[in-house]
Amino acid sequence: MAAPGTTERPLRVAIVGAGPAGFYVAEHLLRRTDLVIDVDLLDRLPTPYGLVRAGVAPDHQKIKAVTATFDKTAAHPRFRFFGGVELGKHVDVEDLRAHYHQIAYTTGAQTDRRMGIPGEDLPGSHPATEFVAWYNGHPDYCDCQFDLSQERVAVVGVGNVAVDVARVLCRTAEELERTDIADYALEALRQSRVREVYLLGRRGAAQAAFTNPEVKELGELAGADVCVLPDEVALDALSREALEKSGDRAGFKKVEILESYARRPAAGKPRRLTLRFLVSPVALTDSGAGAVGGIRLVRNRLVASATGTIQAQATDRSEDLPVGLVFRSVGYRGVPLPGVPFDDKWGVVLNEKGRVLDPDSKQPRPGEYTAGWIKRGPSGVIGTNKPDALETVTAMLEDLAAGRLLEPADAEPAAVERLLRQRQPLVLGYADWLRLNALEVARGQARGRPRVKFTRVDEMLAALGNRSSG
Amino acid sequence: MNIAGILATKGDKVVTIRAEQSIREALGLLAQHNIGALVVIDDGRRPIGVLSERDIVRTAARNEAVFGLLVSHLMTRDLILGTPGDDLGAVGSTMVTRRIRHLPIMDGGKLVGIVTIGDVVKAQRDHFQGEVDTLQTIVMEQGH
Repeated sequence: MAAPGTTERPLRVAIVGAGPAGFYVAEHLLRRTDLVIDVDLLDRLPTPYGLVRAGVAPDHQKIKAVTATFDKTAAHPRFRFFGGVELGKHVDVEDLRAHYHQIAYTTGAQTDRRMGIPGEDLPGSHPATEFVAWYNGHPDYCDCQFDLSQERVAVVGVGNVAVDVARVLCRTAEELERTDIADYALEALRQSRVREVYLLGRRGAAQAAFTNPEVKELGELAGADVCVLPDEVALDALSREALEKSGDRAGFKKVEILESYARRPAAGKPRRLTLRFLVSPVALTDSGAGAVGGIRLVRNRLVASATGTIQAQATDRSEDLPVGLVFRSVGYRGVPLPGVPFDDKWGVVLNEKGRVLDPDSKQPRPGEYTAGWIKRGPSGVIGTNKPDALETVTAMLEDLAAGRLLEPADAEPAAVERLLRQRQPLVLGYADWLRLNALEVARGQARGRPRVKFTRVDEMLAALGNRSSG
Repeated sequence: MNIAGILATKGDKVVTIRAEQSIREALGLLAQHNIGALVVIDDGRRPIGVLSERDIVRTAARNEAVFGLLVSHLMTRDLILGTPGDDLGAVGSTMVTRRIRHLPIMDGGKLVGIVTIGDVVKAQRDHFQGEVDTLQTIVMEQGH
């Protein structure tokens, strides 16, 4: 029999997870003109786009424009989407092996890292990702509760999620009304009594992960003054040397912008956002009512590691910051997938350059691949997943050429569709999504918003008239 | 971005050798695994040096008996060790200025991987490509 990849016998590929990594794997495969490849993209949610829909902040609509390229990929005649199908719940790896030559896992990093400090689980302490998923209308998080009657909030971390959370907390209702933030979140934030927001970075201003456009944006909030402590942003000798050595002009600029905030007089806006540096949380303290009442911080100083990385080192100076709400954003971690080898050390699918490895032999498992955050860990921007996915697809095509494939018992596209619809009668296709999308945009247009999201699965199904189409 | 992101897609293979082994054995390992350097470890699996193909070539150019020498004779002892949390940028600039091609990575006193200058270049290239791609998407959107 001829090798798969021809019109008579297309290469059949399943991709699990319809975020950017999944779409980029699909794009790299479908772009091949010398091979005939069928791509089925599965997601546990009825809707595609992963964190572009459920992670990217609602006031950053331009970043979401990348979905246009995903739609282009989805328009390929050999692409199918199965929304609402979860690996481990509706299908398992054996089901996929029985129907595909290759499987790629692109499920992202679905959980947050813990701070590992006392009081972390007190009511009022939340992973920032939960708040993000909530305000973005992720169906699994739309019933979350956050006590926005608190006036003082700490956001631990200075990565882009931490900055998003702090910024959304500081936005006025008028600013949020122009976004696609979930309706219930808009109402909750309209009632918010938050007045003081602290962003807490463990290293110095020069090492903060946020980008210069993000810092500038924090200085232009309609309803919040930005505040910085001069001694915390002054450039120290180590950081200056590191910036000079690496020729990091953006790093110098970042410090410059923050120093300008330190000099800026408060304009008397209703809220205040304070950017703190060189502090690490060591405990969350009880308010006396069994909830978060404060956060204990230790002051850090900077030291350089053997490789020149500037690191935070705790001093013996500490302080207590009274806050009633804490969001932690100190990193993410992948979640193991049922039946897929996991590398607990790095929190990723056990892999070498995208090839899934057998945990015992450390040799590639034929036909199984991974890309995106579940492959390399949570780093980079959306576009970083494109070269990452290319590395994986290169491995997939090398293995195709070498005949290292799964041997599915039934590679008929109709067979797997029958199986999926039998296991999950409410499966949605891309055409369903495009209809939902049009409905969301139309609902938004009526109110001067980019879209008004459906946030519950039954709501989506009702809008589609309880029936799905391919 | 940090070094952990590189190690995450390399499996956890670090090819090691002992100081009292021969250069012949070292060459066998380098060829077998198609790599450029070995981490030299002691009884407690602690790295005490790095032996690179360059170390061997340098000696081989003037000593035909290089095969019989011991790893301890040729290895670089002036060792720089990284950690998974090290910044990609800092590691890259240190490897370039110190002319290091292979960096053993330690975590909690244990050898957990090795990062090559090629790994660092590729990670930085992917990082920049990703940023350019995302920025282009945003700029294109602005044009609408």
